[in-house]
Amino acid sequence: MSTRYFGQPVKRNEDARLLTGSALFVDDVELGGMLHAAFLRSPYAHAKIVSIDLQAAKARPGVIAVYTAEDLGDYWQPGPLLVPPPPVPGIVFNLRTQVPLAKGVVRHVGEPVVLVIADSRYIAEDAVGDIYIDWEALPVAAELEAAARPDAPRVHPDIPGNVAAHAHQKRGDYARAAKDAHLTIKRRFTYDHGCSQPMETRGVVAQWDNKADKLTIWDTTQAPVAIRNGMAAMLGLSERQVRVIAPFIGGGFGPKIMMFYPEEVLIPWVAMQLNTPVKWIEDRAEHFVATTHERGQIHDAEMAIDKDGRILGVKDVFLHDTGAYDPYGLTVPINSQCTLLGPYVVPNYDSVFTAVFTNKTLVTPYRGAGRQHGVFVMERLLDIAAREIGITPAEIRRRNFIAPDAFPYNHGIIYQDFTELTYDSGNYEPILDQVLATIGYEKFLAEEQPRLRAEGKCVGIAVVCYVEGTGIGPYEGAKVQVQASGKVSVVTGIGTQGQGHFTSFAQIVADACGVDVTNVEVVTGDTDAFYWGAGTFASRGAVVAGNAIGQAAGLVRQKILATAAEHFECAETDLVIENGRVSLAGVPDHSITLGELAGMANPMRGAVAPGTEPGLEATSYFGPPMGATASGAHAMIVEVDPETMMVEIKRYAVAHDCGVVINPLIVEGQVQGGVAQGIGNAFFEDLVYNEEGQLLNASLADYLLPTSMDVPRMELTHTVTPSPLNPMGIKGVGEAGAIPVGPLFAQALEDALQLPQRGVELLDIPLSPSKLWELARGA
Amino acid sequence: MSSTGFADEVKVSLTVNGRRYTRTVEPRMLLADFLRHELGLTGTHVGCEHGVCGACTVQFDGQPVRSCLTFAVQAQGHEISTVEGLGEGPAKLSVLQEAFRECHGLQCGYCTPGILMTMQAFLAQHPDPSEAQVREALSGNLCRCTGYQHIVDAVLLAAKNLRAGGQA
Repeated sequence: MSTRYFGQPVKRNEDARLLTGSALFVDDVELGGMLHAAFLRSPYAHAKIVSIDLQAAKARPGVIAVYTAEDLGDYWQPGPLLVPPPPVPGIVFNLRTQVPLAKGVVRHVGEPVVLVIADSRYIAEDAVGDIYIDWEALPVAAELEAAARPDAPRVHPDIPGNVAAHAHQKRGDYARAAKDAHLTIKRRFTYDHGCSQPMETRGVVAQWDNKADKLTIWDTTQAPVAIRNGMAAMLGLSERQVRVIAPFIGGGFGPKIMMFYPEEVLIPWVAMQLNTPVKWIEDRAEHFVATTHERGQIHDAEMAIDKDGRILGVKDVFLHDTGAYDPYGLTVPINSQCTLLGPYVVPNYDSVFTAVFTNKTLVTPYRGAGRQHGVFVMERLLDIAAREIGITPAEIRRRNFIAPDAFPYNHGIIYQDFTELTYDSGNYEPILDQVLATIGYEKFLAEEQPRLRAEGKCVGIAVVCYVEGTGIGPYEGAKVQVQASGKVSVVTGIGTQGQGHFTSFAQIVADACGVDVTNVEVVTGDTDAFYWGAGTFASRGAVVAGNAIGQAAGLVRQKILATAAEHFECAETDLVIENGRVSLAGVPDHSITLGELAGMANPMRGAVAPGTEPGLEATSYFGPPMGATASGAHAMIVEVDPETMMVEIKRYAVAHDCGVVINPLIVEGQVQGGVAQGIGNAFFEDLVYNEEGQLLNASLADYLLPTSMDVPRMELTHTVTPSPLNPMGIKGVGEAGAIPVGPLFAQALEDALQLPQRGVELLDIPLSPSKLWELARGA
Repeated sequence: MSSTGFADEVKVSLTVNGRRYTRTVEPRMLLADFLRHELGLTGTHVGCEHGVCGACTVQFDGQPVRSCLTFAVQAQGHEISTVEGLGEGPAKLSVLQEAFRECHGLQCGYCTPGILMTMQAFLAQHPDPSEAQVREALSGNLCRCTGYQHIVDAVLLAAKNLRAGGQA
């Protein structure tokens, strides 16, 4: 089989539609007679709803219907548990899930209370302004540590201390390791991961077709199949009666894998009630409080090292803010707990976390999904240890890497996919070497930094390492089919959010079926096109769906060859598939098109042999036994203006290993975009809450996303350690770039401003110029 | 959209991508909503509705403006250009659009129409820009996917190709 496309920087199939404004996003759906929804949302973080006066809203011309929780009848149910807690011995998990409309009490700002349906969004919003609610404010559990105290105001009245979960995982005996240690280092770290802010907010359009007895939902979800199944069950419909379309999605980064948001559950129900299409599009102000965040953790962490800087053990006790409800289970804190271990040998590990309910927006995974928090703690502990024993940050990492012959490497604790945390493969030292060479680490330390410092410049360098569990199960599937036109179609249920699936999946099929990549049509995110699937999350699209597609395409190739061999009355080995035609080897003129073969495989009259399947088509499923572990290292040189504390990134280098690469252009884009979000998280983006649980900077003018002036040009290099867990050897890359940027900033800024020498350490993310200024001034 | 009783509707006539349109709308209707929902030109995207993200950028008499901060009635008698007016459709992209495809200057594509409209106007004024100039011109448009590098590459490539004689 030729690999004309696999591994090549193929230009994307989907771009022409996106570049001309002809790609369909959810808000582009226009239906005859469509009504529009707006929500009255809680202005309080915690309050009783004493009474609601809807009279004026209902009287407004153009208002069609107004609903409160009481109007929903039996449809009012708390949402489902989406991800059960992993089987960690002794785990405590208290499930409290979001409701469609608040009944009696609100638990975070932005929680929907009243739904208005009107002729236009303008009128619907006018009517929201007409509603009068008598609120009785309740005490608020806002700040994480305060919310965790036994006497804190309770988010849910039956849960003292707001304990959403408690989990303890350990390997070896940390206490004994610490006793024998050359040195133990203990610090408190806080890490806040903010929120994802895709440029497209959430939205849902639903249409009930009375005559077809069928509901169609357009939804900005990363998991259309799960939404189809859940909505059918909630609405008392068969799955056949519900079609969920996740068309082009304008970025997701995690919060669009949160499922059964209140609006997502209500809009289809209302469309059925009114027998009229209904649209709801979230505005940015709503997005800040109604779409899930990732936010923060507080870690009290300790590392024991020997005299050479080798890790003897790590102990970590942390609090995790889960917001007002916890439908997504423990994915985020479990990822923090597991990914903390990084590419290092940690013989003794003792980690315990408490997930805490707060009167704030829900927390679910956002690109990295808790990995950032763990990586920050580990990398900072290593930086401090390196300083204590007098070696460079690069050297202490090198000394602690898992050896290349130690894979598969089992850490002996449970990961988010319920399996033991085992790295399938990896080779970390070449990655570190590569990134150090790119950035010129030794030379910078030995020559450039002393020279620049002598000129009065505050310049610093940093290097950090990380791993990322990617490509987890359970499974994805795909159907590949040669059409009469000779084009090949691929349908899969995974969904997409801008990662180039229309191209990378097409590359796999184009090679297997011998067609031009532009003649492979990928359909994803339409439950009528493919029934099964889990969704696009956890850097799993290329790994799990990619391999299912590869298998299906391989089966189709076999059918193409078998049909052609019959046609030419020759052996399959005598055939060549190329440019959409099958020909006899060495006789290119003697050929037949794939379209003609597809027709032959689907006869309209006559008899076929018993067991014959029609068409050149195959369906296949792939589920890996566990996740494939990708890895990487980032390095950065910065210059800080000591007056303004503005940071200029002079160089940024990434070396990464995501196994075998399908499309290096797409991989580069994923890494660059991830780093940009990492930079935002490290230095710009800060969700500022007050003690009343009010988000004080809920606009893009105040919550600062990095711009083209803030994100530097990056120097990328790759190594390839194929994963043994899938036939293509792929590992995921979607989240990689975003993960290690926080500790990289901390290390580089400490170095630039020579903070440790002045007794200051950077132990909190996000940083900002003003925070740096305050810290440095206090030094 | 039907009458709301909020204010008297007014007639607005304007030119979009060379075609003249007349509609009767509320004075408060945003230009972005007018283009998308009255004219069905949904290529212009709405990202923040407070003028920060730039996704809704269109050209107003050739100048990039935020259509979420402009009322449709303000465009009375003016010429608006949107992404639908670039190139000749998916089969024949403009030089700038083609450069975005060449350089992988888009991922989810949601911010892309606004960036194209901003950068097309920029390139008309700056046919031979430096990377720093491109980055500054781009800084009013947020992209959450790409990290900007490939967008900057695309604009620089488009500038080069345009200097060689292409059409923006």
